[in-house]
Amino acid sequence: MDSRTITLLSFGHFDRALLEKISEAVAHEFNCMVTVKEVRLDLTAFFDPSRRQYNGNLLLKEVEAMSLPTSTKTIGLFNVDLFIPILTYIFGQAQLGGPTAIASIYRLSNEKYGMLPDENLVFERFKKEIIHELGHTFKLLHCHSTSCVMHSSTYVEDIDQKEAGFCPKCRNLI
Amino acid sequence: MEKKISILIVDDEDSVRDSLNLWFTEDGYRVECAENAKKALSILESGSFDIILTDLKMPGMDGLELLRRIRALNKESIIIVMTAFASVDTAVKALKDGAFDYVTKPFDPDDLSHLIRNATKQISLTHENETLKKRVDSLENVEDLIGKSEAIKRVLKEIESVAPTNSSVIITGESGTGKELVARAIHANSLRKFYPMVSVHCGALTESLLESELFGHEKGAFTGALYNRKGRFEMADSGTIFLDEIATISQKMQIELLRVLESKSFMRVGGNKEISSDFRVICATNRDLKSMVEKGAFREDLYYRLNVMNIHVPPLRERVEDIPLLTDYFIKKYCTSMNKPKITMEPTALKRILGYQFPGNIRELENMIERAIVVGNGKKISLKDLPFGKDAIDSSVESLDEFEKTFILQILNKYNWNISRTAQALKVDRVTLYNKIKKYGLKS
Repeated sequence: MDSRTITLLSFGHFDRALLEKISEAVAHEFNCMVTVKEVRLDLTAFFDPSRRQYNGNLLLKEVEAMSLPTSTKTIGLFNVDLFIPILTYIFGQAQLGGPTAIASIYRLSNEKYGMLPDENLVFERFKKEIIHELGHTFKLLHCHSTSCVMHSSTYVEDIDQKEAGFCPKCRNLI
Repeated sequence: MEKKISILIVDDEDSVRDSLNLWFTEDGYRVECAENAKKALSILESGSFDIILTDLKMPGMDGLELLRRIRALNKESIIIVMTAFASVDTAVKALKDGAFDYVTKPFDPDDLSHLIRNATKQISLTHENETLKKRVDSLENVEDLIGKSEAIKRVLKEIESVAPTNSSVIITGESGTGKELVARAIHANSLRKFYPMVSVHCGALTESLLESELFGHEKGAFTGALYNRKGRFEMADSGTIFLDEIATISQKMQIELLRVLESKSFMRVGGNKEISSDFRVICATNRDLKSMVEKGAFREDLYYRLNVMNIHVPPLRERVEDIPLLTDYFIKKYCTSMNKPKITMEPTALKRILGYQFPGNIRELENMIERAIVVGNGKKISLKDLPFGKDAIDSSVESLDEFEKTFILQILNKYNWNISRTAQALKVDRVTLYNKIKKYGLKS
């Protein structure tokens, strides 16, 4: 395990066990220390009434401002519907090669698509999305390998198709 | 390494530029941004982009005007117009002005991915098309131009350089050297290759027939013209017209031809409608057109119009090293067409062929091989299968002495052993001839 530290900033009142499981998966994938910090933040300032969504660009900046100096990378975890001005929605966003990323569980649940709830599937999707966005902070681009976690996903079904880990090529680049 | 697709984002909103920049960069594209149309045009002055994604409503120059300016710069970029103000009118206008697609902000992430994927597919098709066009540069359909001699290599090189141009070509060379094959190779390697190559053997037609053949005729133009007929120039539209034996055309036809070459338009015989045709002209002749021009037998202006490029096809005697390859090629060709197993040629027969001058060039060699396969035993072509007459010089001789002996004997036989006439023909005195007869033990 190397000296890098990844911090998961939880803004979404997530279940402790879920955060622990994600923390373990991230630590395993990036082979580094992972700390979890729960944050209480009023998200009203980030809400866009015209779109009834939360501005991902502003939240990314907020997470950057709150990140600990001891942390190599920080990812904010949310449970709200994220957007950026040019896109109708996003699952997450990252500063490419930067210190910060965000990811939201909001659009990852089956119920949002009229299907039966599946908690395990939501966890898998969220885990993959978090690892994917953190991958971007390590300068990784979208990968052509369909099983690699860095493969681009615009629908939840796309997320389900890929693994929660990096392909050998992407792993070498971290 | 595969070249990265480049994208230029033009939008006055920072957040849009930044978001798209990040999105496309994460997808592995090379991205640049401009905050207005003016900046975009200045970026485009120094470089090209595969895809330009521009906002429609921007302060100053709008996206549609930018689109027109980019098209005026002859940039091949794929342009996608984005706007928050969707309307069918602006969409149609953008598409009419050459936009690849039109999207309404904000986009669904999947739509954006599809849009760019379609655009990159279009780019790869364009690249593929260019590659195919470039493939024209590596000569195709030249399999009939056989040989490894420097002379034929030079011809192939000239074909390669002249083929992609639209220039007129005169192919010179003795009869039977393969001038039409050279013309076909030029056409097959030109950008006109998907259109016809129309051949006209000018020497085989009378003046009036040639006129009708080249320009076509209207029904009733002359006795027997029962229907309208397209001329060869019309048939060669977008392709190539090959005028063989160009030196044989009359002065009147030379004037007509010059007029057509200059205007690329003509009227059918008996017609009154001007017909345009975009053709490339390739001519061939076994005569020295330059000296014909000097003697006034061929129009100088037509000569210069036709002789933009000149390819000289060497006679077979100047490319003796190609004879074995050509022989093999013709054996294979005729054995296949006659449904015979492939046969070989005896070394003595080949040796004889190699020493022959071939006044009829490749055509003569081809006929010789065809005949030999027909009359031969079906296993090997031997010396007796070859149609050499008495005058042919037998190069199967092993030495210069043997050659001299055979040659003197041939001439002696020709003049019925008349010593004076034979010595005269050989350009030696009678004593020398007697000494040679004695040396070689020649007897009548």
